[in-house]
Amino acid sequence: MAQTPLRGADATRVKIENFTFTPTALTVKVGTVVTFENDDDIPHIVVASDGSFRSKALDTGDGYTFTFTKSGDFPYFCALHPHMQGTITVIP
Amino acid sequence: MTHHRGSNGEPVDRRHALECMIWAGTGVLWTVSGGVPVSLGLLGEAKAAEAPSAGFTFLQISDSHIGFDKAANPHAVDTLKEAIGKVQALPEKPSFLIHTGDITHLSTASQFDTAAQIIGGAGFDVHYVPGEHDIIDENNGRAYLERYGAGARGAGWYSFDQNGVHFVGLVNVVNLKAGGLGNLGADQLAWLADDLKAVSASTPVVVFAHIPLWAIYPEWGWGTDDAAQALALLKRFGSVTVLNGHIHQIMQKVEGNVTFHTALSTAFPQPAPGTAPSPGPMTVPPGQLRNLLGITNVAVERGREELAIIDSTLAGS
Ligand SMILES: [Cu+2]
Repeated sequence: MAQTPLRGADATRVKIENFTFTPTALTVKVGTVVTFENDDDIPHIVVASDGSFRSKALDTGDGYTFTFTKSGDFPYFCALHPHMQGTITVIP
Repeated sequence: MTHHRGSNGEPVDRRHALECMIWAGTGVLWTVSGGVPVSLGLLGEAKAAEAPSAGFTFLQISDSHIGFDKAANPHAVDTLKEAIGKVQALPEKPSFLIHTGDITHLSTASQFDTAAQIIGGAGFDVHYVPGEHDIIDENNGRAYLERYGAGARGAGWYSFDQNGVHFVGLVNVVNLKAGGLGNLGADQLAWLADDLKAVSASTPVVVFAHIPLWAIYPEWGWGTDDAAQALALLKRFGSVTVLNGHIHQIMQKVEGNVTFHTALSTAFPQPAPGTAPSPGPMTVPPGQLRNLLGITNVAVERGREELAIIDSTLAGS
């Protein structure tokens, strides 16, 4: 099925606040642009468990954007505070 | 006030698995006496105490977070300068300093430069280990190793000897696993086993690393997954002192021959375990900040079983 690039429908955010990814579990369609935004006073690094994506160190207010082009479950964590975990589920 | 007393002056049960102590001081001074580090308590007390005859002292600073400028402390540079000023004013000069990591906040060259100028300005030898904030340059830690990695192995671990005490600097902030805590890794543990082979059981050992080597609060990542393997290697030694940073508050426990101690930050305080939604920087009323930042002085005295650990805050005279 061809993806229809609609603004709003294909872009979404994960907020990092209080050492937590919110929402912790997020389901998006293939092609969605996800922005991870750090609202903490401490830097975080978003990294996929399978290594498929990794941000640089995100200081307060910094964001990291990744486009999910394959379907599947993508667990990720913070490379600095690995108890921080989340999952992006990508569906066709 | 010493670390053997609770805040109300009552003796602390040393068997407690976890003891939290807050001093009104700036740092921990370690005295090594007879090969065992002993904390001396507040710097003021250390001044009053008899100078160790054949021992020496060393000083721990931690978590200077140069570059941090948020509400919890917009002036982390100034509070580091104050801490170093305290060190320079000590009546007994420490033999050297150890810095237990998070020298910088974001691993930038200018942050490392500023830290080196302030800390180096005191004129002491400084032995560093990295915190997780020191390895987040674009090259995943090369910036730290280029400055402080000479003579170190792997991600920056090493050992050295001073007046009959064996010091081991460990790195537990790299290659962290999803869902895990601090991590030493197989390579470093193998090196440690080899390093300790040549050290006699009667030699006092001081181990220092950024993240605590005991499980203080795993929910916030305050512990090290494979610390038990390192501690097993240290079991045969009569006196082991483990010094950490990372949690920006003083905690201590004694378990058999091992004394665990965490130091204050010079930059900003963090909440006690579980008392806040997250371990992030804690903003306190301006007048209180310097009660929660500090340094640690350690005295080693010949013939004493323990090192004397003295934490003192920036607010202490
Ligand atoms: Cu993090």
